Amino acid sequence: MSETHAQTVPFVRDTMLPPAAPPVREAGAVRWLRQNLFSGPLNTVLTILGVLIVWFLVSHFWDWFAHSVWNADSLSDCRRIIAETWGEGARGACWAVVRERWNQYVYGFYPPELYWRPTMAFGLLFVALAPVLFSESVMIRRVVLALATVLTLWLMAVMGAPAAWLVFAAAVLVGALLISERQPSWLLVFSILYPLMGVWFLWGGSAWGPVMVLVGPVLGWIAWRLLGRASALVATVAALVVPLVWWIVFAGDAARDAESIVSLAIPAVASDRFGGFLLSITIGVAGIAMSLPLGIVLALARRSDMFLVKTLAVIFIEFIRGVPLIALLFVASLLLNYFLPPGTTFDIILRVIIMVTLFSAAYMAEVIRGGLAALPKGQYEAADALGLDYWKAQRLIVLPQALKISIPGIVSTFIGMFKDTTLVTFVGLYDPLKSMSDAVRASTSWKGIYWEPYIFVGFIFFLICFGMSRYSMYLERRLARDHR
Amino acid sequence: MKTSVFLGSMAAGALMAGAGMADTLADVKARGELNCGVNTGLVGFAAPDANGNWTGFDVDFCKAVAAAVLGDPAKVKYVPTTGQTRFTALSSGEVDLLARNSTWTFSRDTDLKLDFIGVNYYDGQGFMVNKDLGVTSAKELDGATICIQTGTTTELNLADYFKANNMTYQPVNIDSNAEGEQQYMAGACDAYTTDASGLAATRAAFADPESHIILPEIISKEPLGPAVRHGDSNWGDIARWTLYALIAAEEYGITSKNLEELAKSSQNPEVQRLLGVTDDLGAMIGLDKDWAKRAIAASGNYGEIFAANIGEQTPIGLARGLNAQWTQGGLMYAMPFR
Repeated sequence: MSETHAQTVPFVRDTMLPPAAPPVREAGAVRWLRQNLFSGPLNTVLTILGVLIVWFLVSHFWDWFAHSVWNADSLSDCRRIIAETWGEGARGACWAVVRERWNQYVYGFYPPELYWRPTMAFGLLFVALAPVLFSESVMIRRVVLALATVLTLWLMAVMGAPAAWLVFAAAVLVGALLISERQPSWLLVFSILYPLMGVWFLWGGSAWGPVMVLVGPVLGWIAWRLLGRASALVATVAALVVPLVWWIVFAGDAARDAESIVSLAIPAVASDRFGGFLLSITIGVAGIAMSLPLGIVLALARRSDMFLVKTLAVIFIEFIRGVPLIALLFVASLLLNYFLPPGTTFDIILRVIIMVTLFSAAYMAEVIRGGLAALPKGQYEAADALGLDYWKAQRLIVLPQALKISIPGIVSTFIGMFKDTTLVTFVGLYDPLKSMSDAVRASTSWKGIYWEPYIFVGFIFFLICFGMSRYSMYLERRLARDHR
Repeated sequence: MKTSVFLGSMAAGALMAGAGMADTLADVKARGELNCGVNTGLVGFAAPDANGNWTGFDVDFCKAVAAAVLGDPAKVKYVPTTGQTRFTALSSGEVDLLARNSTWTFSRDTDLKLDFIGVNYYDGQGFMVNKDLGVTSAKELDGATICIQTGTTTELNLADYFKANNMTYQPVNIDSNAEGEQQYMAGACDAYTTDASGLAATRAAFADPESHIILPEIISKEPLGPAVRHGDSNWGDIARWTLYALIAAEEYGITSKNLEELAKSSQNPEVQRLLGVTDDLGAMIGLDKDWAKRAIAASGNYGEIFAANIGEQTPIGLARGLNAQWTQGGLMYAMPFR
């Protein structure tokens, strides 16, 4: 037994075998297909079904897209061209309606010679958003601002903006680019001023109106400083009451007087000229910007230990969430008219913005409350242990983490709200999807056109909403502090 | 603070709502603009064009009233209203006048506290079918699927008609005219029913209008007219007699072109009274002598407005039919100017 291996020559391989090619089914496209599409009987069936559905859709709609007509004066013109080019009985898309009416889908009935104003407002919106949205990365800020600068100035020039305004926009945009390289936090001042500027650019009129609105908080701050020495409570109350009194009682007259001394007016555009995506984006941006802070306050209030604060927050949130948005819009457009004195013009867009904001703030509050609840109790206790007061604890410890958890929910709410802006069609405003399409169809040239406007508007909505969703994913990656 | 201001203004508003609404004429003059409620978009009746300028049959009536009251047909603010918001917009004071192809019915006139000031278009509900169906009368539609707009008087009329004729039908509910056309073209329903004017406009927009026919039966009365609020009779008079002025102008052959000439030369006493040459009828409704002249000058007389927006020369191509002058066998009959 012991000599069994006595003659065995020890063998040690001194060279590597050349690597063999993997089996065909485990390499390249075949492997990818097997892994992703045909990994089992169920998946194989689903893949085949999917391919069939895609084929069904493409084979049905391909000729319609392929026979697109872009140059025509009317639907009948389109039909004539399609019949001439592809023969009698061929069908095709008539995108000429988009070509002829795109400006109405984008700007509504805004005076064409003033198109540059909403364009400028939209471009400057990115300056206002950049320090908030892209506070983490100089690179991305640079790209966003540079793109905004080039596109805005180019579009404004094409639309015939006056030279003075071109210089103004160029100064703001290029200035923002430079500042964002060094001191991005300075741009936040612009972000705070932007809402008033945006309103002025869009609606026009005297610049003294927004300026006088701005004077309110300044007066409040002065009151707070002056009375702060006497009593903190009095100072806080004064800081809140003084701006309100100023706005309600004095601001209007002050703006009129200032205007009569030094005129700072640009042509006013009434709310009924707004429509299309200009309207949707105005309502959407205003709603988003206001509903987030309101939602945070409501979420904190709902988790508060103070009975009254908590009850009010619960009542508000549950009431708003229990009522359809359309009901609120009807209240805004119809019911308020009965209560307000006749002749008072409480702008319909403003009313809609308020209602949309309240509506999405209620949802936002619940999303953020979810984030607050998901935070381990230890974080709250740690904040207390550090001796932070309530607001400092919320601001430094709790909210940054809770908001980060809630990002997907928050952005979902934003996207939902932006899409809901099309519901303003029911109160007679020209949303891009239905009212504007119906108005276009009401002209004799385009009566009978159906899918093209919907597809066009749907596509733009998709671009905007997809952009928001991608941004939220970017932000999640950016803020992922754990598991790094 | 905010709440009390809000409540206060609400209470003040409720008080003033009663007192302030009575004199629409003074309000309109003070504002310098007529708020006119129109359709958000209906072919031929009211639609904004590519530049946002409103045109249409109802729009021209707004212009005529604005010309009569304010002296300028351009001083109109068009307030687009939907089927749901139209009457509330009027009764809440958001609009002074509603010219939005609304059917004059008992309950709207009384219960909704509106005053219809006349009829500017006599419409009626009809049916459109594909020629291939081989149907020539609505009586043959037994068992048909019918596309019908929900929540309208047409829906009720349809049920009444089929019940009265002992027939059955399958409704296909649709939300808007555009959707109805689409469903009908896709073959989801055998027949499409709505007001005859709408059917004509829809048919004209088809790729192959010849293969569709509008059945001869008109199953309902749809007198469309402008409306004002209850409780301000003078304002109602102004709107009513502006409409009559347009109709009478056609009857007497006054057009926007020969207006000035007739004002100088016409010996017809009715024309002279209407154009303010002899009597001062305007003073009786709080306007000046030339009010009717301006109203006619705005877009022409009733016949001109009809021809320009929905008449046979337009793509919509509606015949005058019931809307011809009473002298031509129609129902347009202006009360005497005296």
